[in-house]
Amino acid sequence: MIYFDNAATTKPCDEAVKAVCETLQTNWSNPSSLHGLGLKAEQALNSAREIIARALDTDSECIYFTSGATESNNLAIFSTAKTLGRHKKKIVTTAIEHPSVSQPVKHLEENGFEVVYITPNKSGEINSADIISAVDDNTCLVSCQLVNNETGYILPVAKAYKAVKRLYPKVITHCDCVQGFMKLNISASCLNADLISLSGHKIYGPKGVGALYVKKGIRVLPVNFGGGQEKGIRSGTEAVPNIAGFGAAVEAFSTSIDERYQKMVELSNYLCQQAETVEGVTVNKFSESSPYIASVTVDKIKSETLLHYLEQKGIYVSSGSACSKGKKSDVLKAFGYDDKALDSTVRLSFSYDNNKFEIDEFLKQVKNAQAELVKIN
Amino acid sequence: MKEIILCKYGEIALKGLNKRTFEDVLMKNIKRRLNQLGKFHYTRSQSTIYIEPLDDNADIDKAIDKLKKVFGIAKISRSIECEKSLDGIKCTAVPALEDTLLAAKTFKVETKRADKTFYLKSPEISNEVGGMILDAYPHLEVDVHDPDVVVLVEIREHNAYVSAGKADGAGGIPIGTSGRAMLLLSGGIDSPVAGYMIAKRGVVLDCIHFESPPYTSERAKLKVIKLAERMAEYTGRIKFRCVPFTKIQEEIKNNCPEELFTIIMRRLMMEIADKICERERIQCLVTGESIGQVASQTMSAMVCTDVVANRPVFRPLIGMDKSEIIAVSRKIDTFDISIEPYEDCCTVFTPKHPKTKPDIKAVEAGQAMFDFKPLVDDAIENTSCEFIEAKR
Repeated sequence: MIYFDNAATTKPCDEAVKAVCETLQTNWSNPSSLHGLGLKAEQALNSAREIIARALDTDSECIYFTSGATESNNLAIFSTAKTLGRHKKKIVTTAIEHPSVSQPVKHLEENGFEVVYITPNKSGEINSADIISAVDDNTCLVSCQLVNNETGYILPVAKAYKAVKRLYPKVITHCDCVQGFMKLNISASCLNADLISLSGHKIYGPKGVGALYVKKGIRVLPVNFGGGQEKGIRSGTEAVPNIAGFGAAVEAFSTSIDERYQKMVELSNYLCQQAETVEGVTVNKFSESSPYIASVTVDKIKSETLLHYLEQKGIYVSSGSACSKGKKSDVLKAFGYDDKALDSTVRLSFSYDNNKFEIDEFLKQVKNAQAELVKIN
Repeated sequence: MKEIILCKYGEIALKGLNKRTFEDVLMKNIKRRLNQLGKFHYTRSQSTIYIEPLDDNADIDKAIDKLKKVFGIAKISRSIECEKSLDGIKCTAVPALEDTLLAAKTFKVETKRADKTFYLKSPEISNEVGGMILDAYPHLEVDVHDPDVVVLVEIREHNAYVSAGKADGAGGIPIGTSGRAMLLLSGGIDSPVAGYMIAKRGVVLDCIHFESPPYTSERAKLKVIKLAERMAEYTGRIKFRCVPFTKIQEEIKNNCPEELFTIIMRRLMMEIADKICERERIQCLVTGESIGQVASQTMSAMVCTDVVANRPVFRPLIGMDKSEIIAVSRKIDTFDISIEPYEDCCTVFTPKHPKTKPDIKAVEAGQAMFDFKPLVDDAIENTSCEFIEAKR
């Protein structure tokens, strides 16, 4: 099996699996219980919190666990709408966000908020100046992803947020870091973000767990209510096993960020070089992009058809973002892909255990597909 | 671009013949605090310590965060090192100050010319650099009386250093220059603030905590340890002692008059702490009391507790209101921990109507209804001890 769909989800690492199992078997108590068993579960929670905080180079009090990045994004957006949205009714975001940002924002738009969507320029890039100039006194929130999940393009978040914060210190800056966390060298302070969303299962941890970083001094209001867990921000008994698994995965990989990055750079460069030799295959390039994701257009073959063809050969890729399940991608359209390219672009997303032979195999099978499949116009 | 950190002393600069001793201790404290962050080179002159990172990995932002918690430093600034010429300043320093200068509306330039051979005099340098800044940042205006930002140019032997804006240091005098104290640490809001304040005056801090399981929980103790970790960011490593206090509290409850529970308990805590101080040669005790805050902190109550101590009991919060204490606890980041809702040793067996003006004779008589000595000795014997380090 060749798995090139690591931006959709990753295979949990052994450390994470072990931590989840052990917690389920031996540390299954409720962390809010006053007794010693509860304390033990709470300690597991806090040690994961510390590991994740360290990976973002921040304090553990700034990390709040959620059920995943979708919840983190929703919490960040709706909370800001509650805290500042009464007087400031403008939100600045981009046209290439993940649905877990674009949909909540759209919901607010339907309920009276003004939303500015920054679109990529002709070369498919977001200009930081566009983000900065869209923010004004009436803005409550700026929300930009760090790495685009469909193309790997890295947005100039740090630069834009630095200027935004200087000009409008009260505007809340939110960054969906799901495809950047543990893959790029980032820290909460260098991003200048007040809120950062993270996910467990994109970095070799279990599904069903994520986190929201909340900068000290930033007020977050809950969107669901209950037992007051996570300092009242996210009620509901914490998923201790998943959280322990998330922590274990981060711990296992936090020392190898640079090393893995280097490996991915080599891999994606290799893909680009080799793809040049295949007619009709283009690797879509940006000035700043994550080597973990490659957007590949294969002329005249429908991406879904290619996906299923490759699947028969044991190669797993995705068409656009896995969340959209074959829907035409609004994101790729915003990047300026023409209609033909929209229909025939697949996403390859790598992990540390992919290698060059797998790239060779992929290209070989693409060539076979070109020969065997009926072309579209 | 190379940056260095400048730390200006506070009142150490005023010390006479002892100045050197204070400086040495401060330097040692700074080095200890920064040693995990990379290699630095330290020099001092004219009441300033210059800290120069020696490798590229040294994290200046983090170093400054740490330095802000070192007592004895009044002001901290980061300077940009540039070539000792107007051109050097123009090319290196002026663009590097972008962040600070874009956020300001008015500024002025001050110059210190340590190297008197430099061809321009201080006011001339200020004029020139002011002109460069105005050219580069046209939104700025000069205000020599009340500027938003003061740009400081220092012309030194080899290089010029330019900085914009200073941050406040922790103030006080270096830890280790004023003796050693034992803080009675409960887990409330006040005692960590008291510890911080006494440490600020150069005192090395030990902590003592009383636990009464099962009336108090493991979480209560962990909370106190967390508080000590926060204090340790300012005080350095803390020797933390935990006294098993259950039996004593039970016997007070069983044998003494109810309205005197709290006062007798506090006398016994004080006695135990005092004896440990005696053994460890610690010179004084510190508590977080403030006159009249609660029934056990009236002047009469303090008179009754003080008599059992054979050394001074310092109460740095004595004249502070609760709101002022909370402001400090927020500043040192202990407030959120202090308000975690666990029973502590002071809240167990609280009498309904405590005596607010206890009479020392009556208290002594009440306490004499039971022989606490063996229990006190036992508690001291079984006191645990660990070192607490700052976690961040």
